[in-house]
Amino acid sequence: MSAAEISVTSEGGSSRWAKLRHVGREAWIMLGGIAAILVALVAFLVLPLYALFKKSVEDDKGNYVGLVNFQEYYESPGLLQSITNSLTIAVLTMVIACFLAFLYAYGLTRTCMPFKKTFRAIATIPILAPSLLPAISLIYLFGNQGLIKGLLLGESIYGPIGIMIAMVFYIFPHVMMIMVTALSTTDARLYEAAEALGTRPSRVFFTVTLPGAIYGIVSAAVVAFTLTITDFGVPKVIGGQYNVLATDIYKQVVGQQNFSMGAVVGIVLLIPALFSFVIDRHVQKKQVALLSARAVPYHPKPHKARDMAFLLFCLAMTVFLVGILGTAAFGSFAKFWPYDLSLSLVHYDFDKVDPNGWSSFFNSLKMASMTAVIGVVVIFLGAYFVEKGQGFARLRGFFHMLAMMPMAVPGLVLGLAYVFFFSVPENPLSFLYSTMAILVICTVIHFYTVSHLTMLTALKQIDKEFESVSASLKVPFYKTMFRVHVPICLPAISEVMMYLFVNAMTTVSAVVFLYSADTKLAAITVLNLDDVGDQAEAAAMAMMIVATSLTVRVLHGLLMRALNARHSAWRTR
Amino acid sequence: MKSGFLKRLSLSVFGAVLAGSVFAGAAKAEDLIVYTAVEPEELTGFAKAFEAKHPGIKIKWVRDSTGIMTAKLLAEGKNTPADIVWGLAATSLLLLKDAGILEPYAPKGVDKLDAKYVDGDNPPSWVGQRAWIASICVNTAEAKAKNLPIPKSWADLTKPVYKGHIVMPNPASSGTGFLDVSSWIQMWGEEKAWKFMDDLHKNIGIYTHSGSKPCKMAGKGEFPIGVSFAYKGAQLKAKGAPVLTVAPTEGVGWDLESFGLVKGAKNADAAKKFADWSVSKDTNVMYNDAYAVVAYPGVAKPVKFFPENLDKKMIKNDFSWAAKNRKRILAEWKKRYDSKSEPKKK
Repeated sequence: MSAAEISVTSEGGSSRWAKLRHVGREAWIMLGGIAAILVALVAFLVLPLYALFKKSVEDDKGNYVGLVNFQEYYESPGLLQSITNSLTIAVLTMVIACFLAFLYAYGLTRTCMPFKKTFRAIATIPILAPSLLPAISLIYLFGNQGLIKGLLLGESIYGPIGIMIAMVFYIFPHVMMIMVTALSTTDARLYEAAEALGTRPSRVFFTVTLPGAIYGIVSAAVVAFTLTITDFGVPKVIGGQYNVLATDIYKQVVGQQNFSMGAVVGIVLLIPALFSFVIDRHVQKKQVALLSARAVPYHPKPHKARDMAFLLFCLAMTVFLVGILGTAAFGSFAKFWPYDLSLSLVHYDFDKVDPNGWSSFFNSLKMASMTAVIGVVVIFLGAYFVEKGQGFARLRGFFHMLAMMPMAVPGLVLGLAYVFFFSVPENPLSFLYSTMAILVICTVIHFYTVSHLTMLTALKQIDKEFESVSASLKVPFYKTMFRVHVPICLPAISEVMMYLFVNAMTTVSAVVFLYSADTKLAAITVLNLDDVGDQAEAAAMAMMIVATSLTVRVLHGLLMRALNARHSAWRTR
Repeated sequence: MKSGFLKRLSLSVFGAVLAGSVFAGAAKAEDLIVYTAVEPEELTGFAKAFEAKHPGIKIKWVRDSTGIMTAKLLAEGKNTPADIVWGLAATSLLLLKDAGILEPYAPKGVDKLDAKYVDGDNPPSWVGQRAWIASICVNTAEAKAKNLPIPKSWADLTKPVYKGHIVMPNPASSGTGFLDVSSWIQMWGEEKAWKFMDDLHKNIGIYTHSGSKPCKMAGKGEFPIGVSFAYKGAQLKAKGAPVLTVAPTEGVGWDLESFGLVKGAKNADAAKKFADWSVSKDTNVMYNDAYAVVAYPGVAKPVKFFPENLDKKMIKNDFSWAAKNRKRILAEWKKRYDSKSEPKKK
């Protein structure tokens, strides 16, 4: 109680000036911190995007030509077809993935089926792999020499069908986790009321369950749509001649050397991503008021038939998820598909097929570690300034807005923007071009938003009184930050580090335009190997990435357990 | 106690960051950065041979398909980290020369090379190394199983029996794909060539990113017929894949793997040494391991499993025409075939 009193008095009237004098130096440090991260976000996000926009209104020689490129784009039927294709794929994938993920999440949250924890862990498998992996597996399964190609009834896997199946695999964990959250936050009293009134189960589902989860479902749908329309790896490997926007950018830039047009497609790709971003923000704002303080958590009651049905469904999904991963593993060990299926490690001898084979894997380890370490420091400080900073409200608001931006920028667009911005020799930052540093920076920015929000959530849970108390005790904010906020946020810090690490291991889109002789990454090697037709080696390298991500995930899990044991002490009385 | 733990944690964090950035920045002075489109499995051998002669220099390869390396170089322009462009299509090197990226240099011994494989300017901006030649890879086992006759000519490939069984590289990304299209136009003229491609398009299963992938797909039987280049087919055959390499009767397209120094390269001296090494007789003997036509006269021996008389079937290739028309040809090709699923518009 005394702490609150002190803070109140120090806020008011004449003592305010006295306080400012003490805080002066601290305020400068804080301002410096905010300014430094702000400048970094401007230099590594805003300016490159500006360079991209500029490029889209220039011709090959760099002369300003207005909207000529956009007009050319609009007039070429092939490119417009890509928009239709992208939208078709994204909408269908969204519907299928949401439907499956909803059922899966329903099974996890609203039934009493066994093995829930295991199912939950299995559903997150795809996060560990680059999106190229499911596409490669599908070729092993459904290609012209596929193991079970008969299931496609003569349809070709190269094209929309293949893209959609691989995409459903790839986005499933993201969609499923949002669905679980949506279905977990419900008020059991509504169900009790429904039961008391004798409402039919189907009616309960449509009047209570669905409306309660609707914001989460919309959010999941938006995520599914955005991930699908911006992913590049899947259509690259299995798209065949079915062109989508993401592969168009790549083709425009690398195939036709048409940078202005690549920039135009990039901006076109920004629009749906931006659009879904706005919807998502809007929905999330609404969601806040959903749960009242008096809500009672829902506990499902056993129901044999229902539990059995969901168990079977989750088993089927498990077969799908594990099957795709297992196929890639098998393909990587089979000696000469499909003629010699004896097992061997020959495809793991990467240096034989690619001079940067194994070195690209170690580059990825290095890049991912640096991204995790540097990223977590910057993101923590940024979130701290936004949430706990004092004064400079407008600046902090602006910073928060910038931090939300990367979510709406597809990786390919970001990577291309980096090329346009950093490859210009006149740019004082051009020394970063083709270094490991630029890959790290690009990856941190690419995955900034989710990490920022995770940190923000963790910091929000810490009472503001800590700052008030330490301010009144004249402890500088950074000491409080290190002694209070960092330890309490350690679970979130570990979470963000793992998130950054795994994404840095698996990402292709943002870095595909940026790597150099010394900094080729494992996921890009997967892409390159597939490009030249070394499918087994590509599968093998993808498995190396999975194994690494998995190891880090397990380490994170162990650390969390240790932290919980250590830190639960202060939570209990 | 807690702060001690944190201090250690933060120290080790910053240590890691520092160590990381030091590692990232530590490029050795004698690194030679080479941009190339040569098949990746050959690169380690070339690097070893060169580094044995010049122990002070370490080669760093940057490798992708022809279209990509060309685009990368044009994008990076004068700021490219490349010291030398090596093993890229002559057609692309002409574009780079026009863009002012290349530094003219006459390697020691370049006069011994066949003059028609070297840039006419003195000193030359680019020097040809060896020719890679179009061919068709056929999986004989799958062809038998599917009752497909072995194609003998380009024209054969348009027969309805092959519908859905042929893969071909996309000329926009693949140098092999481009030399095919360019050769058909040079052999038959625009009208007939595009008519041929219209018919061929109906039989294509998919277009691939790289020129070697169609042959590898044929090797696995994923698609029994791959439009590719001779070396890949011969190599797969040597590995035991049921692949027959066919040189179509009408004649075959080709392009020159060539090199050119980059203007303002950081390691210009090393690049020159690499250029000198690249035109030497010993190196040309190495080129011959995989390719039947090399720039050094009298060196080439027949390559095992190559189609017979392949070099006689090479068309008269006009590089400057190909380079000048590259953009237009690719635009036309893309307009006609790039989105296979697209409904035909009349």
